[in-house]
Amino acid sequence: MEVNPLIKKEEGISFNLVSRNKLDKLSSNEKLKFILNEVKKGKILVLEYGLTPFEQTSLIENTMKEIEQDTFIGVEMEGYEPENQTFFQKIFGINKKPRITMIGPADLLKTVHKDNNMIQIKIIPGRGAK
Amino acid sequence: MGLFGKIRLSNILQKIFGKKHAKIGIYGPPNVGKTTLANRILRDWTGDIMGSVSDVPHETRRAKWKKDVRVENGGSHLIMDIVDTPGIATKVDFKEFMNVYGMSKEEAKTRAKEATEGVIEAIKWLEDIDGVVLVMDSTQDPFTQVNVTILGNLEARNLPVIIAANKIDLEDSSPATLKSAFPQHPVIPISALTGYNSDNLYSMMVKHFSKKHKKRWR
Repeated sequence: MEVNPLIKKEEGISFNLVSRNKLDKLSSNEKLKFILNEVKKGKILVLEYGLTPFEQTSLIENTMKEIEQDTFIGVEMEGYEPENQTFFQKIFGINKKPRITMIGPADLLKTVHKDNNMIQIKIIPGRGAK
Repeated sequence: MGLFGKIRLSNILQKIFGKKHAKIGIYGPPNVGKTTLANRILRDWTGDIMGSVSDVPHETRRAKWKKDVRVENGGSHLIMDIVDTPGIATKVDFKEFMNVYGMSKEEAKTRAKEATEGVIEAIKWLEDIDGVVLVMDSTQDPFTQVNVTILGNLEARNLPVIIAANKIDLEDSSPATLKSAFPQHPVIPISALTGYNSDNLYSMMVKHFSKKHKKRWR
């Protein structure tokens, strides 16, 4: 991925909000590659438009292939369930829409609580973007 | 009657009367009791067992299956191939096996490596099954990302799902929380360990998995 020269290199944990516009331009494979590359660098991503159920399972599959026991132990991924389909979406077989999702390195994030209204995630201090 | 006629007749009969044979996957995160449940089903209907169980996560690291398990429910029955899958997780940390479960570094690394392969294998099996018993730990928060991801995937494939709300023998279990979290699927509270309420699970498996479902593919 190209590095934007306007982005200053700062110390600390990097929290990137990724727009729906950017995600829409990527194929599923490109999206998963982008996410894993960023997360492996220690970044936390918040996707404005989350992953479909198939993309989520592919992300888990790809994550397992990429695990390096001393440096990358996997991902922490949290988001809300997709919105329910409308009557017409069901008839035309349109998949449920994914919603906002946060993905980060598993050694950096820990989900404390999740329900329909709140997802509480803790950042484990002392780690972060390299 | 020619072969063509037989195939068409069997399709029609299946449409009317439902399935008589189905491949059922037992899915869920690590340590929710998938193999304990598989052992319970096999012990009750074949006298056999599926595999060893342990408190250490990722005990099952390769899928195991038993063919032609005949489960009865009153006058009806369903013959199932039961597939016990490795637990699905988004992370595997070998240090957890060392620090929490006292394994040596080498043992822990080997187990972690095998566990990652097991997760991949479990996901691959999703392509090849007709229905799922999704095992959840009724003492834990229901909305874990693994539960939500597996359910979303199964719903997108239009595969029939029964949620087995396991470990109801434990004091802090709350199967009602699971029922209210996933009202779109049948939730059966059970204790795979003691066998409590397993009859209700079998009855639901025969009813729910016999129905004809049109699979959707990716």
